[in-house]
Parts: sequence; C-alpha cells; structure tokens
Amino acid sequence: MTTDLQTDPGPRAPGSPAALEVRGLVKHYPGVKALDGVDLVVRQHEVLGLAGENGAGKSTLLKALVGLVRPDAGEIWVRGEKVRLRSIMDAADHGIGMVFQEQSLVPNLTAAENIVLGSEGPGVRRGVYRWRTMRALAQEQLDKIGSHIDPLARTDTLSFADRQMVEIAKVLRIEERTSHPPVIILDEPTSVLESKEIDTLFTQVRRLREFASVVFVSHRLDEVLDVCDRVAVLRGGQSVGEVPAEGAAPAELHRMMIGSTGADDHYHDSAAERSDEPRRPRLEVRGLSGKTFRDVDLDVHAGEIVGIVGVHGSGREDVCRALFGAEPTTAGEVVLDGKKLELSGTRAACAAGVGYVPAERKTEGMVGPMSVADNMTLTKQQARCSGPVVRPRKQASLVDGWIERLSIRTPHRGTAIQRLSGGNQQKVVLARWLVAGDVRLLLLDHPTRGLDIGARSEVYRLMRELANSGVATVLLADSLEEAIGMSDRIIVMSDGRATKEVAAPAGGKPTPLDLVKEMV
Amino acid sequence: MTTSPAEADTDVVHAQRPRPRRGVSLMDAGPPIALVVLFGVFAAMSPGFRTFSNVQNVLDAAAVLAVVTCGISFVLMMGSIDLSAPGIMGASAITVALLVANNRNDNDLGLVGVLVAVLVAAALGCLSGLALVVLKVPSFMATLGVSAVGLGVATLMFAGVQPNISDAMLEGWAVERFLGLARLTWIALACVIAAWLVQRYTRLGRYAFAIGGAEEVLALSGVRVAPYKVAVFTMAGAFYGLAGVMVTSQLGAGLVQAGRGFDFSAITAAVVGGTLLIGGRGGILQSTVGVLLVTVLTNGLVQVGVSPYWQGGVQGLIVVAAVAAAVIPQRRRNQVTK
Repeated sequence: MTTDLQTDPGPRAPGSPAALEVRGLVKHYPGVKALDGVDLVVRQHEVLGLAGENGAGKSTLLKALVGLVRPDAGEIWVRGEKVRLRSIMDAADHGIGMVFQEQSLVPNLTAAENIVLGSEGPGVRRGVYRWRTMRALAQEQLDKIGSHIDPLARTDTLSFADRQMVEIAKVLRIEERTSHPPVIILDEPTSVLESKEIDTLFTQVRRLREFASVVFVSHRLDEVLDVCDRVAVLRGGQSVGEVPAEGAAPAELHRMMIGSTGADDHYHDSAAERSDEPRRPRLEVRGLSGKTFRDVDLDVHAGEIVGIVGVHGSGREDVCRALFGAEPTTAGEVVLDGKKLELSGTRAACAAGVGYVPAERKTEGMVGPMSVADNMTLTKQQARCSGPVVRPRKQASLVDGWIERLSIRTPHRGTAIQRLSGGNQQKVVLARWLVAGDVRLLLLDHPTRGLDIGARSEVYRLMRELANSGVATVLLADSLEEAIGMSDRIIVMSDGRATKEVAAPAGGKPTPLDLVKEMV
Repeated sequence: MTTSPAEADTDVVHAQRPRPRRGVSLMDAGPPIALVVLFGVFAAMSPGFRTFSNVQNVLDAAAVLAVVTCGISFVLMMGSIDLSAPGIMGASAITVALLVANNRNDNDLGLVGVLVAVLVAAALGCLSGLALVVLKVPSFMATLGVSAVGLGVATLMFAGVQPNISDAMLEGWAVERFLGLARLTWIALACVIAAWLVQRYTRLGRYAFAIGGAEEVLALSGVRVAPYKVAVFTMAGAFYGLAGVMVTSQLGAGLVQAGRGFDFSAITAAVVGGTLLIGGRGGILQSTVGVLLVTVLTNGLVQVGVSPYWQGGVQGLIVVAAVAAAVIPQRRRNQVTK
C-alpha cells in the first residue's frame, strides 16, 4: 500500500493523504443520472458532513463507497491507492464501513452476534459457536466506544440509541481487517433518535474522529454543522462545493443545496380571507378517549389548518389515527359536518370524506412496487372502476391530470412509486385524497418527514391550497417551526390531554418558546 | 421520532431505557402452561388417560412427529415453509425397507441401510434448498414439488409389492423398551437434543434464526445466505428421512404413505409450540412442547371417548384456535395477514 503523494493530487494540506477520495464518479440509472461526476475528499481524522436534497445523489454515492453500487465511471482512492469496491466486504477490507439509515441489525440475535456477524473469527470454530469468545469479542468493540450494553442482550430489547451503539461497534470491526484508520459512514444516524440520544451519538462521533474518519449524512443541517468539521454539498448528482462547518449558517447550506437564493421562508402563511362569522366547525371532537389519550376536545373549521403539538408520548399521533378509525377509542364523539362520524374503521372514515396521510410513508402510505397511477387511485376505486373492472383510460387521464397539477416528477404514471424521490412519493400519497374529490377533513401525520427543503415547500403549498379550497386539516408537524408556520391554530397536547389552545393567525404567530412552555 | 426541540427536557418515557428481557415472556410460557392444563383436564376426565402406561403411549406416539418437527423447525425459523415431509419420508421408508433384510431382495445392510435412507432423504431436502436459492422457487412450491418427487421415487421402488422387513434391529426399535420407553422414543429424544445443540451452538442454527429475523442484514454484513438455506433444507430432509425409517420400524414394512399427514402435524406442532411461520421465533424446545401438546390432545380425545371420526376436525379447530391465541399479543387494528 502506497501513501505516495504523487498519486494523491488535489487541493488539501500536504503531507496527509486523504483517507478516502472520490473523483468524477458517475452512475446512471434508467432515466436518471444519479451521480454526474462527483468529487469528494475525506481527510484523515475529520468528520465530513454530506448535505444535499433528496435525489441529490447522496445515497447512491454512499452505496458506491461501500461497494453496493458499481459506478459507471470515476475513481475511488483509499489512502492514495486506487481501489475497486465490488462488495461490502471489499469495502471493509479497505477500511470503509457504513452504519445504514434503516437500522441494520438482526432483531432476534444478541448484540454480540450482531457485532461480529459475518466476521466471527475465533468466535466460531468449525461452525460451532464459542459463546464466551464471542462475548469477549463484542465486549472489546463496545469498550472502544465506551458503551455499557450487555453483549448477550437480545437486540430487539435494546433502545434505539443502544442499537445504534451496537451498529457503531459492529462497523468498527473493520479495524480487524486493516491496519489503517477506518472510514465510518453514518447515513442519517439521528433520524430515529431522541434529542438526548443524539447528544450521546455526537459525543461518540467526536470520539470516533480520534482514530477514524467519519462521513456524516443528515437532513438536519444544524446537526451537520454541529458535529462536522467540513460540509460537502451535493446537488443533482454533482459536488457543488464545501464549507468549513465552523461559522457556517444553515441558510448558507440551504442555498447551496437548492441552488437558488431567496426562499428563506418555507412556510406559507394562512390565507388572509376568512369569514369572522361564527359558524359550526367542520370537525367537532368531544371527549375522545383511547389507550393513550383522554378527553380530547378539538374543533376544526373548513379551510383551517389546526396543528397539534406535543412531546413524544403526548398521544397526538394516536388521536390522529383514532380520527381515521385506525386506533380504537373508548369514549367520545366525533361530528363531521353535523353528522356523527363512526370510528369503527378506516372504511367508514374514507366514506365520510376523511383523508389520512400516515407518518410511515414507505410502509403505510404507499404500495412500493405498484405504479404511481395505482397508488393514486388506491382509495377512490370509482376513479378507475366501473364496478369491479379497471378502466385504464379513465384512470390514466385522471392520474395524468394530477401528475401535471402537482408537478410530480415521474417518468410515467406506470412507474413504480418506490422509484420516485420521497417528495414526489408524498405528493402521490396526498393526491390520493385529491383524486377522491370529496375529502372534507385531512389528517396529516408528519407529512414532510424525511423530505428535503424543496419538496417540503411544495408540500406546504399543496396543504395551503387544499385548505383554501375548504378542506379542514389536522397537522402533526415535523417541527415546532413547521407547526407554527402552517397552522391557523395550535392545540398543545401533553400526557394524552389537550392542555392548551394557541391562536396562530398570520401576523400573530406564537414563538416556539411559547409552545414549549405549554408542552412541558 | 424527534418531533420538537423540547423533547430533550421532557421526554421521560425514553429516559428509562428498556431493560434487556432475560426472563420468560408470556409467548414462551404459554405453550408449556397449555400442555400442563391440557394434561390436567384429560387426567381429570379419564381414568384411562392418567395411567402410567398411557403416559408411555403418549411419549412413544410422539416420537416420529418429534423428529419430523425437529427438521421443520429450522425451516420455519428461517421464515420458509416445508411441505416435503410426506414425500421424503415415503422415499426413505421404502429405501430402508429394501436395504435391510426384507422379503423382496437379499439385501441385509442393517444400520448402513438406515444411513443410506437418511442420505437419500437429505439429498431430497437439498433439492428443495437448491430450488429455493438457485431457481428462486418459493419454498412453499419447491418443497411441494420435492414431496411429489419423493412419492414418485418411493412408488417406483415400491413397484407394487410391499417390502416387509425382517431385520431384527430395525424391528426392535419399535418394540424393545429401555427404561420403559421404546427405543424409537429415545432416538427422538436424542434428535431433539442434537437439534437443540445445533440451534444454540452452531453457526448454521444461529444463522437460520437470523435469516428469519432479518435476512437482508446478513447480506449487508457480508454473509452468504444461500449455503445456509440449502444446508437447513438438507438437514430437515435428513430428519424426515430418519422419521421415515422410524415409521418403517413401527409398521414392519416400507410404505409409500409412511409420511402421510406429517407435514400438517409437524407445522401444527411447531406453530402451537411457538415457532411461528413468520420466522425468527421459537425454536426446537418450543416445537417439542408443541409436539407433546398435539400428541396429548390426540391421545386424550381418544381416552375421553371422542369418536375417531371427529378427531381430524377437532384437531384442526384446536390448531387454528391455538394460532389465533398465539398472535393475540401482536394483534392490532388494520393488521395485515397473508
């Protein structure tokens, strides 16, 4: 292995060959250029942030770095040596390991087994487990990161944060395969963690820097700036620049990511015109109780967006699901446009004109392998059917109309929805209720989760348009800022009860602090 | 999960980390409790049931099913299914009958004959595994096909004349007793222990478990899953083969239908015991409890005088009820069941 500086040109500090360097990486997928000449340098002992919108090419790049995707062109250099990565084990041999976004542990094995999985070494002799050795091997890994997890605990009994520690311990096993400092890639490691756990993770990342290089990917730019030394930005499959994290503002990164200035205010304010006459609310909830919430009262008028905020465990998600009939209730009454709404199940809710966009888009919001068209018309069977028969032409014209109106970027209405970017998937999910045409109440559970800024603002615009057309909306926002920006009124929930109602009209918005006070 | 900046200070729920579960969960404790209760109920209802000799009967009757269930449990742990037991057992039953001393030919291979029969069965199991990983045929279909192949092979070898065995050792397995139990029962016990050791202490067993838990994770960890899948089906085949030999020993003759119904009974036993069809759950010990449950049920129904004509149906109902009870802890609205 050479560390010859000649093979390692580029604008960086002389004398320290890059831990990892990517030059002109290109990857085509049918119809899409996922990577279009990406350059990236990861120095030794640095934490490099990687930022970019959905579809900027981040995941393809990361996969290429661990050998899961073979680039069509371009080079990957590891410590001044050109490498070809054919598999994840190949990457591990070169000291590159990744903690995947979707946690990738086998839930029904012990933490120890997960840590050594695939490279048990002396832990297995002739196919026979030596539990004591296995445990010791795992303990050694856990000690590296100062974790006190019991190696013999079943993984599915651990908290998310602990599982993440197990993942980091596991990925550090690549140190056994190479004598060089490893490169650890963390793909959206914070998405499942609570704030406190995120702090622990950041401490961990800073520790990793002592003996490794880290590539840190996150949607939350403040996090990226907080933990990284340097941030590289991808846009449209190309590197568009990098900034030192110190002193950089999220807004600056935003601009680099979306490529245009302005658009600092991502929130569309309430529609100005609103009748002041008292009228009957479109949705009236009285004393709704269930497993995790009690005595919830809630009114939503036509054309109004009501945000529900609350900390984890406040029960707001369950209230939302209960209104759609997806969660059992024990007491209470719900009236929609003067008619009692049966909470017996989701069918009744759909029939009454209630739409629900679930938080888990991938598992609850869409049928991945089905086409955009089929996903869009999933609810409103009449749109494509006359009786039980699909009428393709009717479906097509309907779907194409909505693809056009919502500017959904898809090659074709017949494309499987899972091949679209997150923002476009979410637009299809929302369109499902628009196709139905008679939606009166829309329940949005984290509608912008996992979306980048561009896609978010499109979803915001769509929400506002829907509200202006008279739909009553209940919003569980992704952040307090989003709730404040989008809502006309905000209900604070705490411990399963609606504890406070805060008006949030345009021009009279509360601050996040006002709400936090009520949430505690 | 994170929904607001305020969570850092307020989230008490997550402040207490879940403690690793080490004890016995209700899921695990259910089947043994059910076994004890069922035993108690039958014992109270029927004097004939609670005799020592009947307990012996129950255990002896459970032997063949226990061996089949050992094999199928590994497949179920992987999240696959195996319907090949009847065919593989038929093939091995005829094979062993024709290789030990019998009325059709002059073979007298004894224990070697048993070994060959088990190997033939393992080869058939291997075939299921290969169809699964190479041809990507779903295990449901692959094993159904292999079962048909096994029955076909058995029918060819049967050739219209039933081979009756005269091998003293093999005949002795079913009738000779050691410590009050038939040799077959001890063989079954040995199988259960061996299978448990494989499950607990070998890479094959642990990976079978892991494949059922999260197969893609194994691939991301650089494990080649395919060989383990083939190995599991091969091992399952070997267990079915031994079970086929055991049936031949009991009947004193090799029959094509030696394994009839064992696919259903074995899956039933495994599932009732807690080795669920979703994979990654349960294990050999759980399945063995399931075997005893099913056997006690069959025996008990006879003892309390339920007509044999009713038994099949009653058993089926009880199975569905048991499975329904097993999934109660996970049940929720809008649950997807396939």
